[in-house]
Formats: sequence, C-alpha cells, structure tokens
Amino acid sequence: MTPLALYALRRADDALILGHRLSEWCGHAPMLEEDMALANIGLDLIGQARSLYQYAAEIRADGTDEDQLAYLRDAPAYRNLLLAELPNGDFARTIVRVFLYAAFADPFWQGTMRSSDERLAAIAAKSEKESAYHLRHSAEWVIRLGDGTQESHRRAQEAVDYLWPYTGEMFEADASDRELIEGGIAVDPESLRPAWAKTVAEVLADATLKHPPAGWMQSGGRAGRHSEHLGHLLAEMQFLQRAYPGATW
Amino acid sequence: MATPNTPLWEVFIRSRNGMAHKHVGSLHATDATMALQAARDVYTRRGEGLSVWVVPSAAITASDPADKGMMFEPAESKVYRHPTFYEVPDEVGHM
Repeated sequence: MTPLALYALRRADDALILGHRLSEWCGHAPMLEEDMALANIGLDLIGQARSLYQYAAEIRADGTDEDQLAYLRDAPAYRNLLLAELPNGDFARTIVRVFLYAAFADPFWQGTMRSSDERLAAIAAKSEKESAYHLRHSAEWVIRLGDGTQESHRRAQEAVDYLWPYTGEMFEADASDRELIEGGIAVDPESLRPAWAKTVAEVLADATLKHPPAGWMQSGGRAGRHSEHLGHLLAEMQFLQRAYPGATW
Repeated sequence: MATPNTPLWEVFIRSRNGMAHKHVGSLHATDATMALQAARDVYTRRGEGLSVWVVPSAAITASDPADKGMMFEPAESKVYRHPTFYEVPDEVGHM
C-alpha cells in the first residue's frame, strides 16, 4: 500500500470505529436529546470515514471499494487507534473518549486543510466543522460531569484515568507517515500536541478533574495490533455483509 | 426525562434571513448552553436553521385555555379588520 493510501485508511478506520461505537448508543442514551447528539456525532464520523475510504480505494486502484474496506477486512488489517475501539463503558467514558479524540481531530483537520494534497484538504475542510462541534459538545459535558454530582465526578475521573494511556497513539508517526509529512501532504501529529494538551488541561481544570501524570502509553493499533475488543465490534458491524455477501437495499 | 436537573426549554428556529424565529418544539437540558446544543442536535439535522433560540419554558406566560371565549371570540366577528375591502392596483405588485 502506498503511504498516502495507508494514511487515508488509518484515519478512515479511526472515524469508522469510533462512529460505530457511538452508534451503539442509539436508543440507549440517558435522554432523547443526547441520543440524537451521539448519533449525530457518529454519523459525522462515518461520513468522514466514507470520504477517506473512497480516496484510499481510488489510490489503491485494485478494484477495492469503500464497502470492502469497511466490511471485509479482519481486525489485523484495521489500522485505527486503540482509543477508538475500546468499549463505550458508561456515559462518562463515552463522552470523555469523544472529547480526547475531538481535541486532537479538530486541530488535525485544521492542519490538514493546508495539505498539498487537494483531496485531503477538501475532506479536512468538511470534517473540521464537524469535529469543532464534537469538541464543543463533549467538552461541555466533561465540565458538567466532572463538576456535577459526586457520582458523575467519580465516573468522569475514572474515565479520564482509564482512557489516558490510549492518548499517546494519536501523536505517533511511522516511516510511512514521515514521508508524507516531509512532502507537505500530512500534518506532523507532534506539532498538534501543544494545542491538544492545552485544550485538555483547560477542560479538565474547569471540570475539577485531576490531570493524569505523564506515563506509559499504549500502542499497536496503527500497525494492526489490536485489543480483544475490535474483533467483537467487527463481528457485529460486518455481520450482514459476511452472512449475505453483496447484499444491497 | 423530566427531572429538576433538566428543566424544559422551548426552541425557536429562524430558517432564512429576514424570516422570524418560529417555535418548533421543546426539549430538556441542564442549562442554556446545553439546551442550545440539544436544539441544534434535535431540530436542525436536516438543514432547517440559520439561527436558534432557546427559552426556559418557565419564562413563558401563557393564556389560560379557559379564557378563550373572552380572549379570542370577540375578534371572530370583526371581518372588517382584514385588509380585503379595497383593491390593490396591479402596479403595486406583491404585498
């Protein structure tokens, strides 16, 4: 796979897997308003995934299409962040995960809008507006959960502590990524760290939540080494295409 | 889910520039910021709006349905209040 196809595929996998996790809340959220909000965010992410899969498929030019990429790859072929595939847990963990991801995704898309690759820049321009709202919505919730009741504070703090070791992977860049960064096609994720860290620190402080100390970070998703959770997610997400290949409606 | 922590809000949306905000429904939210976001998420998913207002339902003073006789029936017999008793010249165009 060319570096650009792999790059698009990795970001598409992030968006699809997190989008699918959010879709699991549909009909189950604590209130109708939030049911709609989480479904909207999930749909935005799945839309971003589609644009990126279509681009990856075009670059590969081997007859693959977006549906094959989404529905006919097994877990080791997925290249998403481990952060995206973890189970939703409770509402606090769901919200904190969206927040930690969106705090990265928003500046990531802003940076990608300046990509020398016109297609990526166009996808970024559309996605940035969506991610900006995901960040605003999730940040407001983090503040209210953290600075809410004793129980919501406890759950939000547990979510931050649980998810924290999965945040380091967002800033990874391997040799394939480096090639694109040097070519002005990809944004250097390390350059986004100050903006991410500032957003996260400010929101956690407003939420009266403790900022986790620097420490060991999980890794592996970008290379296809996943947690045991991804296989279960794919089993559900891919069931229809596996059971009825080529089904359309 | 009506709880003391999530009071009711009324949602008004302006669909185009120059139009008035119109009442579209209600929702529950913890505070004004979250109510505005919920209004966006629940009521503007199909491109309905350019501007959203949310108002605490408790801030609205409503007429009493039992008063509808004295409030509204007297207007029903005043057809002369409708501007339909004179002819508008064609040159005026759309009014």
